[in-house]
Amino acid sequence: MITPYFVIIPLFAALLIPFVSRRNDVRAAYLSLAAVLSLVVLSGYAFVRLNGDTLVYKLSAWKLPIGINLVLDAFSSLMLAMVSLIALTSLVYSVNYIRHLGADWRYYSLFMILVAGMNGVLVTGDLFNLFVFMEIALMAAVALVAYGGRAHEFEAAFKYAVMASVSASLILVGIAVVYGATSSLGLATIAQSLGRTSPLIVLWVGGLFMAGFGVKAAAMPFHAWLPDAHSSAPAPISAMLSGVLIKTLGVYVLIRLFYNVLGAPHLFLQIFLGLGAVSIILSNVLAIGQWDLKRLLAYSSIGQVGYILLAAGLGTPLGMVGAVFHMVNHAVFKSLLFYNAGALETALGTRDLRQMGNVTRLLPVTSRTSMVASLAISGIPPFNGFFSKLIIIIAAVQAGQPVFAIVAVVGSLISMAAFLKVQRYGLRGGRTVEKLVGHVDGWMKTAMIILAALCLATSLLVVPGIREVTLDPVVKVIMDKTGYAQVVLGK
Amino acid sequence: MTLYVLCFALFLVGLYGILTKRDLVKIILSSGIMGYACNLMLVLFGYRSGGVYPILEKGKDAAAMVDPLPQALVLTSIVIELGVTSLLAALAIRLYQKYRTYDITKIRSLAG
Amino acid sequence: MNDAKPGMTIIIKTVNRLIVGMIFLYGIYIILHGHLTPGGGFGGGVVLALGFMSVLLAYGRDFTLKWLRPEVLKNIEHSAPLLFLALGLAGMALGGAFLANFLAKGRLFHLLSSGLILPLNILIGIKVGLSLFLVVLALAEFDLNQGADE
Repeated sequence: MITPYFVIIPLFAALLIPFVSRRNDVRAAYLSLAAVLSLVVLSGYAFVRLNGDTLVYKLSAWKLPIGINLVLDAFSSLMLAMVSLIALTSLVYSVNYIRHLGADWRYYSLFMILVAGMNGVLVTGDLFNLFVFMEIALMAAVALVAYGGRAHEFEAAFKYAVMASVSASLILVGIAVVYGATSSLGLATIAQSLGRTSPLIVLWVGGLFMAGFGVKAAAMPFHAWLPDAHSSAPAPISAMLSGVLIKTLGVYVLIRLFYNVLGAPHLFLQIFLGLGAVSIILSNVLAIGQWDLKRLLAYSSIGQVGYILLAAGLGTPLGMVGAVFHMVNHAVFKSLLFYNAGALETALGTRDLRQMGNVTRLLPVTSRTSMVASLAISGIPPFNGFFSKLIIIIAAVQAGQPVFAIVAVVGSLISMAAFLKVQRYGLRGGRTVEKLVGHVDGWMKTAMIILAALCLATSLLVVPGIREVTLDPVVKVIMDKTGYAQVVLGK
Repeated sequence: MTLYVLCFALFLVGLYGILTKRDLVKIILSSGIMGYACNLMLVLFGYRSGGVYPILEKGKDAAAMVDPLPQALVLTSIVIELGVTSLLAALAIRLYQKYRTYDITKIRSLAG
Repeated sequence: MNDAKPGMTIIIKTVNRLIVGMIFLYGIYIILHGHLTPGGGFGGGVVLALGFMSVLLAYGRDFTLKWLRPEVLKNIEHSAPLLFLALGLAGMALGGAFLANFLAKGRLFHLLSSGLILPLNILIGIKVGLSLFLVVLALAEFDLNQGADE
């Protein structure tokens, strides 16, 4: 009963903002903060009350297979909680950060449309509905990347938009093939009837979807839009894009389609492993060579998504625990790193690591939270990155793929080197910085402190008592494979 | 069968345009062509041999009509591509204002 | 373009004045018959936007902005999806699911039939038409020769 509210609330806020705000944007900011807070509360309540169950909501009161369903199961509700939390911190951060970009209610309206699109992708149970919500989120994201109005932002937004439209065309062709083979569009009915068609169709559909959604997830051969888009966007938008957008539009849809609908065919799991391994090594190596702080973080994002794809390609329950846990962790610490980069850019006026110095005395909150985030992403206990990478490596060894375990370890070492570079040049450089150009104020500090605390708190998700409540229902839903169809059609 | 092959050829024409053209406006037009090819493919997959148009009229019955669902999907898809094309056009105008050229080999301030 | 005389020649202005009413009528016909004939909200909205754009092209931007004020158009355009959401929520309250059909279904082939589809088509037509026109207006305000400030 509460499932459509995840899309209605942000859409309502996005449409109400142009009426409410006049010259100043404070009312727009408060309205969107109220909407995202209610989303956080709602998703937390849904996750706790759901208890591993699956809710099916029929839109317009039409039954399957005619109608469009909204399906809320454990995987969707975990991702919804993650999206709402990161959106909340991003809004808190951007209240004052956006002022110097031309404070406007349009930013908040576009942000709420982005959240509505992502929530729509997470709760839907119909393939074309997923496509429509994906395009909504994509258009809002492109407009937000180009929000600042400087030259390189437009160039990055154009590249992002062209690559996204190519991938959308590929996905449309995939949807056409699926419809021609099974005459239905709901995920549950496709899951049931795709097994009876020829394996050539499964191969074709899988290849098209892997190419299309692989662009969205920025797997390695399809990653070319990500460094430009994530480094040119304003910092809270980079956090939203890198932390949640490539995960909901890319990794979540890939796991949902390949596990629950196509039934995890062996060939595609091998391709996941290959893409993941290439992403980890190449992108971390490219990250070390960057001198632009946000570009380094963007390349590192590609690597961490490679970890998730590698773990998803293993096909075992422990690997899936590692993948889901790493999704949550990466959202938390990568957003924190982007907030730090934004704070450094505001305070020092530059993004180039060679021109930064020692700021530990002048920016205490930024330097301490940045140390927390760098430790988390390098995989140092007791932060959350250690646990999720450990689970992935153990799962790779247990699944009989020791080569990929070695790849994961090597990638972790290289990313630690990249973040040592960030710490040494960006925050504890040679000369001490005397005075700051800009001011890092209370809203930004609050967002950073919340995420730093979450970096420690999410490592508790692996403790055996809590794991049964949070991560295990998610893994059970995914590893059920096409049992998803039985559950949905039975309601 | 030849219709499917021709549709795919149109898709490849659009893809070729995006990959090799140097002018921003030609890239936008090529992405439009690719979108039209996808829409045509969707409508083609809904064809039933010997079917009539899927409009229920007085006196006729729903005998052998072509599938109306892909046609509804194509309507939605056309509107979405309209939105993306207008976004791309607005970005192209702003890029011309900043860089004074439509040539993508000269719009290269982000590299590496 | 900063011409001395805005808009196009007198022939185009006269023909436009005669035809633009018929363009609007055609668009409204497509929207209203969305549940009986092909088209519906999207197609009819595009025809409405074309009607507005023909006035913009024939008469020049300043004259059109005096007749079709952007603030009024933006208010109408922003309230259309809010009414759409409100109708959906009313469907949730009265029919059991979001966008459930709670109006009378009527008889086949009549104009006032098939429940909720007619008001939704009208709202979509208004929104698509006004959105397209406002996008073209916003794009037309950019002067290509200025703004290189970085």
